[in-house]
Amino acid sequence: MTTARASRGSAVVMTLYLLFLLVPIYWLVNMSLKTNAEITGTFSLWPQNPTLRNFRVILTDPSWYMGYINSLIYVVMNTVLSLAVALPAAYAFSRYRFLGDKHLFFWLLTNRMAPPAVFALPFFQLYSAVGLFDTHIAVALAHCLFNVPLAVWILEGFMSGVPREIDETAYIDGYSFPRFFTRIFMPLIASGIGVAAFFCFMFSWVELLLSRTLTSVNAKPIAATMTRTVSASGLDWGVLAAAGVLTILPGALVIWFVRNYIAKGFALGRV
Amino acid sequence: MDKPVNNRAWFLVLPVLVLVAFSAVIPLMTVVNYSVQDTFGNNQFFWNGLGWFQEVLESDRIHAALGRQLLFSAIILAIEIPLGIFIALNMPKRGFWASLVLVLMALPLLIPWNVVGTIWQVFGRVDIGLLGHTLAALGIDYNYVNDPVDAWATIIVMDVWHWTSLVALLCYAGLQSIPDAYYQAARIDQASRWGVFRYIELPKMSGVLLIAVLLRFMDSFMIYTEPFVVTGGGPGNATTFLSIDLVKMAIGQFDLGPAAAFSLIYFLVILLISWVFYTVMTAQRDRT
Repeated sequence: MTTARASRGSAVVMTLYLLFLLVPIYWLVNMSLKTNAEITGTFSLWPQNPTLRNFRVILTDPSWYMGYINSLIYVVMNTVLSLAVALPAAYAFSRYRFLGDKHLFFWLLTNRMAPPAVFALPFFQLYSAVGLFDTHIAVALAHCLFNVPLAVWILEGFMSGVPREIDETAYIDGYSFPRFFTRIFMPLIASGIGVAAFFCFMFSWVELLLSRTLTSVNAKPIAATMTRTVSASGLDWGVLAAAGVLTILPGALVIWFVRNYIAKGFALGRV
Repeated sequence: MDKPVNNRAWFLVLPVLVLVAFSAVIPLMTVVNYSVQDTFGNNQFFWNGLGWFQEVLESDRIHAALGRQLLFSAIILAIEIPLGIFIALNMPKRGFWASLVLVLMALPLLIPWNVVGTIWQVFGRVDIGLLGHTLAALGIDYNYVNDPVDAWATIIVMDVWHWTSLVALLCYAGLQSIPDAYYQAARIDQASRWGVFRYIELPKMSGVLLIAVLLRFMDSFMIYTEPFVVTGGGPGNATTFLSIDLVKMAIGQFDLGPAAAFSLIYFLVILLISWVFYTVMTAQRDRT
């Protein structure tokens, strides 16, 4: 009986907490389906005349939808780049001891923890100097600052769960390192690679300070497009809300697949 | 676990080293460079020794920002850690509901930070936001644009909304690793609910909890985008935290010397905390 009461208590707590989480998001979705006249004129808990006008504005105006395309381009570039360099490095950290390994691993962590604000100005100067300012690759490289360490740590966490006997058996069977790594090892840690890719994607997608500092027109991310609208005089709340809703979608779509690894990913592969 | 020594493993690490060196070490060297030089403009620099560091360490403005930052991080930890543990204890343990709750809880974690700011900026407005409107209807004088206390309250609630789930998910992962036998033993001993929490659950969670505390401390210590979108650091300087102040100084005013010295001091603090983090993580790995 006490357990029945306890579980009912838990259900109440969880319902309240989820309401607290979802109501602000609902409010954004709600706004995105209203006209501006309805947003500022009347106060209603749900759209009285639901309209897709705001989404239509974004999907037909290049200055809006190019923001999404720019963001997607550098996020994908960054994810591929981060994983490509992190995979062999994570293998080295998980399987061998070598000169300075612990220091290197720690140094990577400090970059994950570094405040982007510290790097904003030097990045701006560095990428301007090498002529990469306002290109997708500049943002992709800048985000490597925190995503490469993240990927190395997460992958190392997953790889250390694979027994080393597998490597040794494969080498005895005559596999070369590249063949072993791509044919046997990578399929074994496929879920780890997926999780690392998801988190690289996510952290690059949510970042604003660096991507805004390093771009002006050609590679301007959606996040920067949104802030610029906020500071403009005539506020288009509906379009702003619709833009926000569209930025939530990529995460919301894939989250189901990584649900059991969310904690592990955020804790850098250590849980 | 004994790993074989193999210095050729360096070749596998080399790409990471080159890439991160390009994106971290070179920029950091520019910062070091600026921090010890002064300029009259025209790109003519001269040695300024530790002058900027002295100026930064004695600056009232930065002391104030640091004070606000520490207060903010302390409040965040004081709310999010206990709340996260409480939520984790109440989460369903298995089945479809567990998955669904997990996904819904993770949703705020995946929203771009400026959109988090936008959501709360809109949500808190008295004219068009549900929160602001409701508070006003209840007769509470609430205005996060003009009132520093309201601005703080909004940003804190926003951060609790944004990140408590992370603490809860980490604790949940820790709780899941407790074998059922522990609970059965506790039932045989007729342990109280508090006893179960204090002597079984809390010790088993201590590892993940430490990670949660460190992550939350680090990230709240570097917070930039969310308060920037909601309040822009205002009213006045009421919500100007370290990162906001630094960006203002470096990019807004282009005070390269002080900004660089400020950056390095900021970075050293982060380095220190990272070291604690690393020590904790590796010690934990060795124990299990």
